[in-house]
Parts: sequence; structure tokens; C-alpha cells
Amino acid sequence: MAKKRIIQAINEALVEEMTRDERVILFGEDVEISLFGDTRGLSQRFGPSRIRNTPISETLITGMALGAAAAGHRVVAHMMFANFTYTGFDSIANQAAKLRYMTGGQARLPVTYVAAYGGGRSIAAHHSDTPYPLLMNLGGIRVAVPATPEDAKGLMKSCIRSDSPSFFLEAGGRGGEMGEVPDGDYVTPWGKAAVRCTGGDVTVVAIGSMVKLAMAAAEVLRNEHSIHVEVIDPRTLVPLDEDCILSSVEKTGRLVLVDESRDSCSAASHIAAIVADKAFGSLRAPIRRVTVPDVAMPYAPNLERLVMPSVERIVATIQQLTDSRP
Amino acid sequence: MKENPGDNRPSSAERLAMYERMLLIRRVEERLGADFKAGKLIAGVHLYSGQEAVGVGVCQHLRDADWIASNHRGHGHFLAKGGDVRAMMAEIHAKVTGVCKGMGGTMHVADLSKGILGANGIVGGGISLICGAAYSQSLQGDGGVSVAFFGDGASTQGVMSEALNLSALWKLPMIFICENNLFSEFSRSDTVVAGRIVDRAGAYGVPGVQVDGNDLDAVWAAASQAVQRARNGEGPSFIEAFTYRMSGHVEAETGFLQGAKYRSEEEVQSWVERDPIQRQMAQLLSTQQATLDQLTDIEARVLAQVEDAVQFAIDSPPPPPEQALQFMFA
Repeated sequence: MAKKRIIQAINEALVEEMTRDERVILFGEDVEISLFGDTRGLSQRFGPSRIRNTPISETLITGMALGAAAAGHRVVAHMMFANFTYTGFDSIANQAAKLRYMTGGQARLPVTYVAAYGGGRSIAAHHSDTPYPLLMNLGGIRVAVPATPEDAKGLMKSCIRSDSPSFFLEAGGRGGEMGEVPDGDYVTPWGKAAVRCTGGDVTVVAIGSMVKLAMAAAEVLRNEHSIHVEVIDPRTLVPLDEDCILSSVEKTGRLVLVDESRDSCSAASHIAAIVADKAFGSLRAPIRRVTVPDVAMPYAPNLERLVMPSVERIVATIQQLTDSRP
Repeated sequence: MKENPGDNRPSSAERLAMYERMLLIRRVEERLGADFKAGKLIAGVHLYSGQEAVGVGVCQHLRDADWIASNHRGHGHFLAKGGDVRAMMAEIHAKVTGVCKGMGGTMHVADLSKGILGANGIVGGGISLICGAAYSQSLQGDGGVSVAFFGDGASTQGVMSEALNLSALWKLPMIFICENNLFSEFSRSDTVVAGRIVDRAGAYGVPGVQVDGNDLDAVWAAASQAVQRARNGEGPSFIEAFTYRMSGHVEAETGFLQGAKYRSEEEVQSWVERDPIQRQMAQLLSTQQATLDQLTDIEARVLAQVEDAVQFAIDSPPPPPEQALQFMFA
């Protein structure tokens, strides 16, 4: 174990996977210099044939990744900001998500799309989106949203080793966060949530960078209100660990979802629907969602803080739910 | 397969093989057209009739390990690249014995084991896939080639320009085959495409040629040069082949167009007179590279193959219900 930043953990995963398997290649815009630091140093280490700057051509990059994968490589396509995947969305929605199905299982497509998501840094509406709800809806894409350095490394490895297209979404503003990273080779499994803290009063499912806020809220509630929160980090949204969420709700009877995507058809609303379907009898209070209202991300910091989920909003939501505790 | 693609004419044996393959495509498409009209198909089909010389003339230079990507008008490319006619027919009939087990259908015939990366319902959708396959081949350094077949309609998609830029810069073994059949679905392409399509290649420093796409020799010779260039690591090439779809955009169109016309009978007739198969037949006979008896035998063999494929498709079962939820993830 050693303490590392999230971005360092991602970088280590890339180095280790590229060393382990020479079929792994990585390309994207400015990956050689690396804006975020996740691909920094790879170009010097692995050379220009395996790490390559592309033109600013997202429509091409997303499809190229699939073609190169079909032809035998394991491809990491770095999309830089998640908003730029919209420009390349044709090949994600029409090819990546569908090629295997529509060829009757012929296509093996080991592609990892990497993108930084989320708000909080006043980089406004074209650099702050959280696109996993769209990706979840496509059906054929695996979606990893790590919250800790340990999982960032383990999930990057799982993505690269997957024979299906996957998205690795790194929280744009959180790369500098520190955490323990195990030594040696390990992968974080698909569809296996992590219970970040246990509690009997309310279940909070928090996604990606929201885990940290949920943990802070749990501490406030425990210390100041004697409310015991169970925080679940799904780690991967496709596949989703439904069992972990359902068994927690069966224990607590209350559910709050914290998700920094826009509210309509969010991951939060999808999980709420699953719990309403499968654990309705366990619920002692309405399911609540702490999300971003259906607006573009504002530039002004005061407005951005207002629309993003916050510790205060999570605390207030949970307090309301538990006011009527028996 | 051509041993020496520097020759500018195919051998007699190659010419006969290409003739047979063109004829197979034509007879398959004619059968599908007739079966659609008779209500025997489940969906409309986009027929390749009239364009056979392009697919066949290009694929004659390719090996199984080379990749092609096709479009919604993909039956011809599939057969030209060596796809199995039974497996394709069963796919079109939505049977579990189909090449994609009935999951893709007429617009998506793919056989990855034969380098057929798929036929695409998104106009221009195959271009980026092939650019990636070409990148993979260039890294593997095995002389592989990747070919994108697309139409004049796809030339207006942004991805074509993006792929020209990147493939030129990275010297990828990619070949752009633009089958200019004069129509972007139901719009005349001169009303929706500015300038000469081949000139887009020149702007990126990619060598481009225009050829008569109904002339097998011309297509074969242009493709020979492009494939050689790609295999030698000299980068991409662009071929704009002028041709014509003898059928409409899709066989279902007479129903939904409700009598509306987008091309004249005279125009169709003028292209029927330039039928690439008839031209090849005349050439084979006039140059005594084949006898009428030989061609009659080929015709009989092809018709038997088509009949066998249709029967195979009809006799095959549909996919089992559980298959609806399979194949999403590896």
C-alpha cells in the first residue's frame, strides 16, 4: 500500500497494462503531453507507435478505436473532456454499442474510451458534463466511474482487459485526490459495489466524485444528529450491482441517490426505479435524488455551487427523510 | 489473387473468376428483388445491381486478412470479398444460420473471419472503422490493406474528410472507394454535393483517380495501383468510380414514394446499356478468353448456387427467443 493521487493511479494502470500486453495502444488529442497527467510519460516510455496524438477529429477517433480493436489491438481512446464524446457519439451509439450484437457475437471490441467528466471548476457548459446516463441507455457499453485511487487503477485495468467497449470516466476536478493504492497487479471487478461506510438509518448511493461528499455528509449526520448512513459506491454503472443496493435498502428502509448528472433519466432515477420495483415493501420513506437540475453547467462559481450536489444538500435531504424515524 | 498487381490487365483466369462473381451478385440481387415484390422477404433490400464491377474489381486484389467496410448496399461487397452466399441469404431471411445469426439482416451482413467488418446502416459509418483497421495493420506491419466502400452520399459526411486527413498524415494502408452512383438516397447528388468528390482527396495530398465504375478493367487497374501503394506503406489512395444503381435506392420505395419520380426511365435505360456484366461478357467473347459454352456453364452454376442459397435460407429455423438477449457483451 502507498498513498497516491487518482491521476497517478490511472497512469500506473496504463503503464502496467501497456507493459503487460504489447497489443495495448492509446491515442487521442494531446495524449503525448497529457492535459490531465493520466497519460504523461507514456509517449517517452512506449514510443510513438503506441501512444499517438490524433488530429481534433472526434467523429473519426471513436470509430477508429473500434476498427483497430477488431483488427487485433486493445485500444485506449482518450476523449479528453466528456463533452467531446458527443462530437464522436455516432460511432459510440451506432457502432460500439451495437456491433457485437448485430454481427451475432462475431465482433470482439476491446476499446476503452477515457474521458474527464463533471463540474465544479468554472469551465462552463462545454467542459463539465456528466454523460453516464446516455451511456447506460445504450446497453452495449460498460461504464466505470471510480471514486478512489485504488479503484481508478483497478477499473482502468478492468476496462483495458475487457473484450467489450467500455467507458472509463474520471472526475475532472478530482485527479489530485490521494488515497491508498495496493501494491502489485489487481483489477476492480465489474458490477461489484463497495460499501464505503455502514449504517442502519438510510442508504446513500453516491456515484464517482459524489462518494466523497456522501462520506462527509455521513460524518456530519452521525456526529451531529445520530443518524447512521450507509454509503454505497457502485463503482461501475454498467453492469450495476443491484443486489448490494437492494439488500442495503431492505435493511435501512430509506434511499438517497447522489449523482452529478442532470436529473432527468439520470443514473439516480434509474436506480430509484429499480428499488421502487424490487424493494418497495422495504421502503419507509420516499426515495430522494440529489442531482443537478436540468440546466447546462453555469460559469459563475456561485451558481455552479448552487446546482451541484453539496454536503449541505445531502445532509438536508437525509434529515428530512429521517425526521419521521420511528 | 493477383501475384503481380503491377500488371495493368487481369489474366484470363482472373477475368473469368471476376465475371462469375459479378454474375453471382447480379443473380442474387435479381432474386431478392423478385422475392421482395412477391412478398417473400421481411424487409426492403438495397440492391447492388449495376455496381458489381466496383466491388469485384477491387476485392480481386484483397486477401482474407485485408479488411473491407461496406454500406447499406452491402450484398455485393460481401460476396465480392468471398462471403458465403448461403450464410448471406439466410441472414437476409432472418434465420439463425445467417452469417450474423439473424441479428443484423440485409443492411448489416458481416463476416469478420473473411475481413468483412460489416455493412453499415449509417451513411459513412464504415469509414472510421476502416481507418482504425488500417492503423492496426500499419502497426502490425504485415502489408495488410483496409478498404472503405461508400457512396457519393457519404462523401458529404465530415468523417470522410477527417479520415483523409489522418490517413494521409499517418500514411495508413487505407483505400477510399467512392461508388458515385449519382444519387444520395433520393436526391440527385449534383444537388447536394459541391465540386468533384475526388478533389477532396487531392486537398489532403492523397492520390485520387476517377474511373468508369462500370468498366471492370478500369476499376481493377486503379485498385491494383492503390493496393500496391498501401501494401508498400506509401499511404492511402482514393478512387471515385462512376456507376449507377439499376434498381432504386431500396426495393420498398415504390410503396412509400407513391408514384413520385426522382429519375427518368431514359436515364435508367442509358445505364442498362452500360451494364458492366454485359460489357465483360462481350469482351470475354470478342477476345476469345471464353467461349459461349463456358459462359453458359457459369450462368447455370450461378443460378444453381442462388437457388440452393434461397432454399437453405427457407429451410433454416429462425433464431431462438433467448438470442434476443445475447451478444451484447463479450
